[in-house]
Amino acid sequence: MYEVIAFYLFSVLTIGLFLVTVMSKNVLYAMTSLASGMVLIAGFFFVLGADFLGVVQLIVYVGAVMALYSFAMMFFDATRDIKEKNTSSALVFLLGGLSALVLVLIFAAPIHSDAIQALYPMHEGVGNAQDVGIVLFTKYLVPFEVAAVMLLVAMIAGILLAGKKMDDSLTEDLGADDEILIQKDEK
Amino acid sequence: MIGLTHYLIVSAIIFSIGLVGVLRRRNLLMLFFATEVMLNAVNIAFAAISHYYNDLTGQMFAFFIIAIAASEVAVGLGLLIVLYKKYGSLDLDDLANMKG
Repeated sequence: MYEVIAFYLFSVLTIGLFLVTVMSKNVLYAMTSLASGMVLIAGFFFVLGADFLGVVQLIVYVGAVMALYSFAMMFFDATRDIKEKNTSSALVFLLGGLSALVLVLIFAAPIHSDAIQALYPMHEGVGNAQDVGIVLFTKYLVPFEVAAVMLLVAMIAGILLAGKKMDDSLTEDLGADDEILIQKDEK
Repeated sequence: MIGLTHYLIVSAIIFSIGLVGVLRRRNLLMLFFATEVMLNAVNIAFAAISHYYNDLTGQMFAFFIIAIAASEVAVGLGLLIVLYKKYGSLDLDDLANMKG
């Protein structure tokens, strides 16, 4: 019973929030609704019994990724509305609706194969985090290390790309900076 | 009772919302948001299949998708900052400078 209530609540709220993300003209509204939608997706994970995945979703997506986005907001002018030239919006909605229909039909089709069996089955009486840890550090050790190297490369790339010419301002007009420099020269 | 199909349908709808966003938006930052929506939709499908087939493989794939999304955001935002410094705009129509 609670699972049904949680499922419908989470799905309606998530779809609504992601629609706001996609349709909104304001970057701040889009970012906030994306963050709250991700929290609700972590709720999906908890309902599905994937506790560790839910916690990782909360920490990585809602914590790290959204913090990164909000830091990037400092560089771009976030308070201004985005003016976009949306050509042939009807075609886009038609294509999106058609692909949604096709995807729903594919996923709603009954699964006939009975040969599907668990490759790494979950164990009864063992917590989800322990199960995940055992599989991750035995069967998926190489992908785990490769992911670690990839994250390191991404960190270095991010520092190199964003760190260049950090001293000149992006959003303020150049006149203000020049005035400050002139004042410094006068002193 | 909620079955696997329910979760897959919700995942498909959210994925299509992200797809509409990718097709519709012209601002690069908004395109990034739409990509995140699509990645999250796939994660829901993986977790649901993992739960209903009693298999941990789906959760493993969801972990790696989260790791890839995090590094994509780090590199992508660095590139966006460089683009903004160079052109002063994130609009795809302004950035299209190859006359094809």
